[in-house]
Amino acid sequence: MNKKNIMVFLGGILFGFGLAYSGMTKQDIVLSFLQLKDLGLIFVLGGAAAVTFIAINIIAKYLKAPILGGDFKPRRRKVSRNLIIGAVIFGIGWGLSGQCPGSAVASLGTGNLPVLLGIAAMFIGAYLWGFLDSRNRSE
Amino acid sequence: MFPLGIEPYLIGGIVIGIGVSLVYLTTGLHATQSSFFTTTLSWISKRIHFQKERNLKERDWRIFLATGLIIGALIHTLTLSPTGFWTTSVQLWRLALGGLLVGFGTRLSRGCTSGHGISGLASLSKASLYAVIVFMGVAIVTANIVQLLGISP
Repeated sequence: MNKKNIMVFLGGILFGFGLAYSGMTKQDIVLSFLQLKDLGLIFVLGGAAAVTFIAINIIAKYLKAPILGGDFKPRRRKVSRNLIIGAVIFGIGWGLSGQCPGSAVASLGTGNLPVLLGIAAMFIGAYLWGFLDSRNRSE
Repeated sequence: MFPLGIEPYLIGGIVIGIGVSLVYLTTGLHATQSSFFTTTLSWISKRIHFQKERNLKERDWRIFLATGLIIGALIHTLTLSPTGFWTTSVQLWRLALGGLLVGFGTRLSRGCTSGHGISGLASLSKASLYAVIVFMGVAIVTANIVQLLGISP
């Protein structure tokens, strides 16, 4: 296990702990946000994004390069039809099940075994898009 | 609006942000989740979508991230959690069908709640902002339609 993977693992532990602490590993709480009964999720997303904003835009500028080497690259995506259509499809799935990729995986650590079915379905969904995209690329 | 208070949400969000920041500042990697499905599938599918160089390069550390997420939630469950081990009451067909759409949609959109929502917004990416507005808006509409149809839990 190299140093990079150890840091990713430690960061993942904090990430998973925060998801559980905030209740996001509970699909029922996420659904109560989406039904606008409990707006707490905004503070989870906002708190996480605000801290990460400081890391990416202030601390990283000061450090100049990652501590274990390499380069800092802000996360960039182009606005595209696929980005928007994908977000619509993801939104339907999120609203139906209360699961998103990170919270579903972390939820396994709370003993929430039914979510294994949701994670298996996420792999199948990711595979379906990969299958279609591979076909488009080879044409 | 906040039957459980704001603190658990805000504190949890800050801890998530510290985890994502720790990974970024030490390695330069964005600790986002939905790519995990694609990079992990590269071990078993030879199709070009999965065999892209980027996926092969990321597939190791993304397994460490996913394992960390599970261990972190387990630590919370065994220590501070008021409820301990917990199982959702949401019906299995909703988890399965929802999961399928989440897997397909997040990969088509190239980001999820962590990718577009945390790292994307923190990077001030306009594309991620649009994605978050769309998936959150659609999810709110969907969850309310499901509720109106009397589907619960």
